[in-house]
Amino acid sequence: MPLNDYTIVIGLEVHAELMTKSKLFCGCSTSFGSEANSQVCPRCLGLPGTLPVLNKKAVEYAVKAGLAFDCDISKYSKFDRKNYFYPDLSKAYQISQFDQPICGKGHVEFYVGGEKKVVGINRIHLEEEAGKSVHSGATISDSEFSLEDYNRCGIPLIEIVSEPDMRSPEEARIYMETLRNILRYVAVSDCKMEEGSLRCDANISLMPKGATKYGTRTEIKNMNSFRAVQKALEYEALRHAKILDRGEKIVQETRTWDDIAGITASMRSKEEAHDYRYFPEPDLVPIVLTDEFIDDIKNGLPELPVAKFHRYVDEYELPEYDAELITADKDLAEYFEAVIANYKDYKAVSNWLMGEFMRLVNEQSVEISEIKVKPEDLAMMFTLQEKGVISSKIAKTVFEEMFHSGKDPETIVKEKGLVQISDASEIEKIVLDVIEKNPGPVAQYLDGKERVLGFLVGQVMKLSKGKANPQMANDYLRAALAKMVKN
Amino acid sequence: MSTIDRKTVYRVADLARLYLTDDEIEQMTVSLNKILEFEEQLKGVNTDNVEPMAQAVPGVNVMREDVVENSLPLREVMLNAPDEVEGFFRVPRIIEKD
Repeated sequence: MPLNDYTIVIGLEVHAELMTKSKLFCGCSTSFGSEANSQVCPRCLGLPGTLPVLNKKAVEYAVKAGLAFDCDISKYSKFDRKNYFYPDLSKAYQISQFDQPICGKGHVEFYVGGEKKVVGINRIHLEEEAGKSVHSGATISDSEFSLEDYNRCGIPLIEIVSEPDMRSPEEARIYMETLRNILRYVAVSDCKMEEGSLRCDANISLMPKGATKYGTRTEIKNMNSFRAVQKALEYEALRHAKILDRGEKIVQETRTWDDIAGITASMRSKEEAHDYRYFPEPDLVPIVLTDEFIDDIKNGLPELPVAKFHRYVDEYELPEYDAELITADKDLAEYFEAVIANYKDYKAVSNWLMGEFMRLVNEQSVEISEIKVKPEDLAMMFTLQEKGVISSKIAKTVFEEMFHSGKDPETIVKEKGLVQISDASEIEKIVLDVIEKNPGPVAQYLDGKERVLGFLVGQVMKLSKGKANPQMANDYLRAALAKMVKN
Repeated sequence: MSTIDRKTVYRVADLARLYLTDDEIEQMTVSLNKILEFEEQLKGVNTDNVEPMAQAVPGVNVMREDVVENSLPLREVMLNAPDEVEGFFRVPRIIEKD
């Protein structure tokens, strides 16, 4: 493996669209999926004479994101023009922040295979989105023309620039997933990679093991899922290693990830300027933030994943594995907390969420936020089980029904007649029936093969359609068999 | 004092997608150097007690509330479009052919 001889160095630039209702510098709507060019105004089109006015909410969200990553918040920041020609950029410049971004250095923590990893954040800056190009061909390279939709043009973005601290494609993916989770916790971005509201460009280089000077890097674009981030970087690392092994040089360039072919390819754009000629945006005045403004946002921050993780371990005594898994998804953590507000066996709830719950969520590929089961209904299901009204086996059936219909567990138990049989005479009847129908196993048991009991209990459960109280089935079966020995 | 030569003017024009004749390049070289000369005078001003500024307009924090306003009707959006297809602006090939 050529890769073992090298240290991989990865840095990510992550773009997240902010969840404001209107655009960064005008009042056009930011909603996704509307008719092409239906949410544009003279400012979005870059018509001469139009002036930008900054959206206050976007500033708040950028600061909120910065605080969530422990960034230094700049008391003074300003906007700059980044000049380049590209069809999706109507003004031929993007309003961005160059040397005085709104947030400075911070960091993100996460775990990779049980090991804690800290990745530095270099900066977070505020800027506007470009429009969206639809290509006539299958890819941009084989398109004779492209179609431009400027609905996205001007939506507020934050660009989170990491330090080159990641050392494997897997770390890069987990870093990206952690960013998404935190941004969703603080509710500044919906972070939907498939809708493009969360994107990333990756810089990667290789250097010989033990070296301190970074090698020549390439930049990869067009990775549209977390899996793609890892795959593209794995491919690119190997490509670098092969070139370096041959004694050749890496060409510093931008490459595009082709998810179907599973390769990166050089992106030679006609319009790529490489010289953005940044200068201060003359149409916007600086942003000056007071301690009061920053503290207000800080005080309004929700509990973040790391803090939640520690609380779950300390307060709810969940194993770290459970705490990690549940807090890794804001919606799941909120759901968990809503269930345990009504049912106090934390570990039982955690087990259920990680097991049956996630099984159905994944099987039906639904969002946790869209699930029909109300948290208080799930708590009620646990209570019914605890009281012996339903068995654990029946609980699964009840839950599936809750999941599909959204009905409460008591209604389902009543409608489907799923109440556990705890009536002694009824269970005894079934037990005797099972003994009569299974002379072979019964004889084995009486010969001393205790293991067979499990099979017989299973038969009782089966005959009762899962409704027999399992403990009672066990007890009555033992008693009945003991009686046969005596006889 | 730094000066601007024809090569620099050509490069800047190219970056700005301005296609200048040789005469125009010459003219621009002279004009741009005059601007630099003018700026040179500013170096004589004492700025010891002046904070660096990126904006000559007084005031900070001019912001609007996050409120959605009406956008333009598509017909007006497309008034200046050189080529329109089903509500999109149509543009020529973006990436060079291999």
